[in-house]
Amino acid sequence: MIYKGMIAAALAASALCFSSAQAASPVHEFTLDNGMKILIKEDHRAPVATTMVWYKVGSSYEHEGITGLSHVFEHMMFKGTEKYAPGEFSRIIAANGGSQNAFTSRDYTAYYQSMEASRIELSIEMEADRMRNVIILDDEFAKELEVVKEERRMRTEDKPESLVYEQFSAAAFMTSPYRNPVIGWMSDLDSMTADDLRSWYKTWYAPNNAILAIAGDVDPQQVYELANKHFGPIETSAIPSPKPRRDIQQKGERRISVKAPAELPYLLMGYKVPVIATTTDSMEPYALSVLSSIIDGGNSARFAKHLIREEQVVSSASAGYNPTARLNGLFMFDANPAKGHTVEDAEQAIQRQIKLLQTELVSDDELARVKAQVIAGDVYEKDSVFAQAMELGRLTTVGLDWRIGDQYVENIQKITAEQIREVARKYLVSDTLTVAVLEPQPLDRKKAPLRPLSGMRH
Amino acid sequence: MTLFNRIIRFGLGLALISGVAQASPDIQHWTTNNGAKVYFVEAPELPMVDIRIMFDAAGSRDTDKSGLAMMTNGLLNEGTDKLNTNEIAEQFDRLGAQFGAMAFRDMAIVSLRSLTQKDLLDPAVDTLTQIITHPSFPQASLDRERKRLLIALQGKKQSPGALASEAFFQAIYGDHPYAAEPTGTEESIKSLTRDDLVKFHQQYYVARNATVAIVGAVSRQQAKTIIQSIMGELPAGQAPTALAEVKTLRTPQHISQDFPSSQTHLLIGQPGMKRNDPDYFPLYLGNHILGGSGLVSLLSSEVREKRGLSYSTYSYFSPMRDKGPFIMGLQTRNDQAQQAREVVMQTVQDFIDKGPTEEQLKAAKQNLTGGFAMRLDSNRKVTEYVAMTGFYDLPMDYISTLLSNFEAVTAEQIKDAFARRITPETMVTVMVGGKSE
Repeated sequence: MIYKGMIAAALAASALCFSSAQAASPVHEFTLDNGMKILIKEDHRAPVATTMVWYKVGSSYEHEGITGLSHVFEHMMFKGTEKYAPGEFSRIIAANGGSQNAFTSRDYTAYYQSMEASRIELSIEMEADRMRNVIILDDEFAKELEVVKEERRMRTEDKPESLVYEQFSAAAFMTSPYRNPVIGWMSDLDSMTADDLRSWYKTWYAPNNAILAIAGDVDPQQVYELANKHFGPIETSAIPSPKPRRDIQQKGERRISVKAPAELPYLLMGYKVPVIATTTDSMEPYALSVLSSIIDGGNSARFAKHLIREEQVVSSASAGYNPTARLNGLFMFDANPAKGHTVEDAEQAIQRQIKLLQTELVSDDELARVKAQVIAGDVYEKDSVFAQAMELGRLTTVGLDWRIGDQYVENIQKITAEQIREVARKYLVSDTLTVAVLEPQPLDRKKAPLRPLSGMRH
Repeated sequence: MTLFNRIIRFGLGLALISGVAQASPDIQHWTTNNGAKVYFVEAPELPMVDIRIMFDAAGSRDTDKSGLAMMTNGLLNEGTDKLNTNEIAEQFDRLGAQFGAMAFRDMAIVSLRSLTQKDLLDPAVDTLTQIITHPSFPQASLDRERKRLLIALQGKKQSPGALASEAFFQAIYGDHPYAAEPTGTEESIKSLTRDDLVKFHQQYYVARNATVAIVGAVSRQQAKTIIQSIMGELPAGQAPTALAEVKTLRTPQHISQDFPSSQTHLLIGQPGMKRNDPDYFPLYLGNHILGGSGLVSLLSSEVREKRGLSYSTYSYFSPMRDKGPFIMGLQTRNDQAQQAREVVMQTVQDFIDKGPTEEQLKAAKQNLTGGFAMRLDSNRKVTEYVAMTGFYDLPMDYISTLLSNFEAVTAEQIKDAFARRITPETMVTVMVGGKSE
């Protein structure tokens, strides 16, 4: 009813906006001579456009010792170029009515502006400028690094379930770069230098490692011309191929516990699974997606119905799978036990549900419900210009064709009950399972009495 | 013509040139025969419809049973006289429809998003009708959701941000109904009975207490039929009487709570403004400059950009039926908390003393007018905006006059409004975090 677990937070962005057009306007695709890809989706309902520049770099491109570099650099992209002073980028976009931000994930770093559509040239011009011309000043870097450390404290250090997720990932993946947090380990942030950032920028920020994705009230040919005018002159550079860094084969169950000041016990489980980009059987990621919806897709799904309402063994529980990562991932479950129940009870209840899915076929009605939601969700997603631009960039930066988005509904429609049972049997196996448990420690909190105002100045 | 063309394209185009011209949004309004206010915008582009029904039946109506409104709202889809919990859930999921229910302090909201295909929409509307009109509030569901809510309340205790917010509302609102958390307290949640829920529903889920927004690919006639079928069976009832007035703070309060976190969560503020406040526009623009415009705001510039003290620094008014809160907030490493607090207080005091510069005001207006299109660029946003204006009885031309109202604000008006309304000397300061030394 109220409480949401980590998986929703960890996967919402990736798992939920995965779908795309059937009948709507097509995607226009161009490639500039320097290798930069341009993807445009028209949506003329409102005179707005979202412009996004995506770079194929993120925490999974980092190695030990420099974790968090992609994200810190993302912050520095707002700190000025030869042409624009620190903060000027934000001020100009704001003065033009734009809203803007950037985000970094394991597989990409992306920058966006949403503006009245007639002003997209401004976005394109300024993004082209900061693709190569950012100046990293030592004092700006020093301040921004402190901001990022505050961000890490806010997002992770003081949130017990986020801490569990971070340590869980480090336990589940041994040699895959997915073991490191996007925001970086604190000790790596402590030792980060401005030169680390300069070299990161030089290595990865180039037109042939970037995608311009635009959705909204635009004319594709005109966008192409603007992109060519501003990004066109930027020279191609040699982009290193990331090493495969495949996770070693997991040879048995792993269990960790995390102790932190907290009130609620928490369980997080993950099984190793392939994704669209890595699978050898193209239907498997779709079957895993449907499996995840059977378990946790709506109030009629199995967790809500059986674990929350019937058995009442958990207070909340969810399942999640992101089929569009660059590297192999995890099929995850999480739960807060109900009052009077333990994380062991919760895990056993989840295991019983897994067992059922491995032995019995899901019913026609269940499968039909999941498919109905996917079809409807595909229409609902077109209500958001931002989501449409997001999908184009997200698929492309992990090496997938944007057409995969268009084919998503069709591929889901093909999934059978047998295929769902098959992937449950093949992948939800204990040898590749990692389990993390939060062991709450006393908060030792005292409510201080109202203090007098001595020392408070205004 | 598209949804958006009809609403503001014309107005925006002219506004950018002259700064004042407006177009009338095509919001159609009627009242059902039992008294529910309905607002409709036709949006034919996507084969879907959004319905948002708002009742003045939220936390501020809890009286001594805090959490009652939220529990009532949350249990609507747990059963009707014809359907049980599973059947309702299966019905919506089978249709690809999205049902939602939420209750805050002013508003209890029930929403439905559905495709417009007849064999999907009709049964979704029928289920929604039953949920609103004939909920059965099964005892077993209350028992279960009570336990889950108690766990959620326990979970809030591990979040310094949630604790700070709770203490802040209590301090600025005192004995006003806005003081209590809509999620209730452990004691109040334990005391709720099925009978409480049934009575609350009977009293507050009535047509004259309802505002409905419907936006999507349906004609006016279809919209009328749909809303008549959803609302038609509700008793007319009565809108509740107005709440007691929010009182002005007389003395400063400083609340400090130890918490084993690496950061201190800081909230500073006071009761702010009403939705239909006479000072709404000067306060809104002033806050936009002070702390409401992200990285370019004064607070963000002082706290984050110049000093690197916090990732997130902001201020906002949350206008409500009566005075919603004015909040300035940040999180910072414990040993910097006092420094950050001083920077915030200095920044707001300077702003009150000097008001905005003409340059700041111009930048704010450029941002708000230039960005106006984004406020209404999806069916979801139009639905929420139209429902909000209806719920708070704002004028029918509220959206279409928004730009000219922003444009008309002067630096002097902002300075004057802040001087009268924002009073650092009586503000509440809440700090939740670890010891700094």
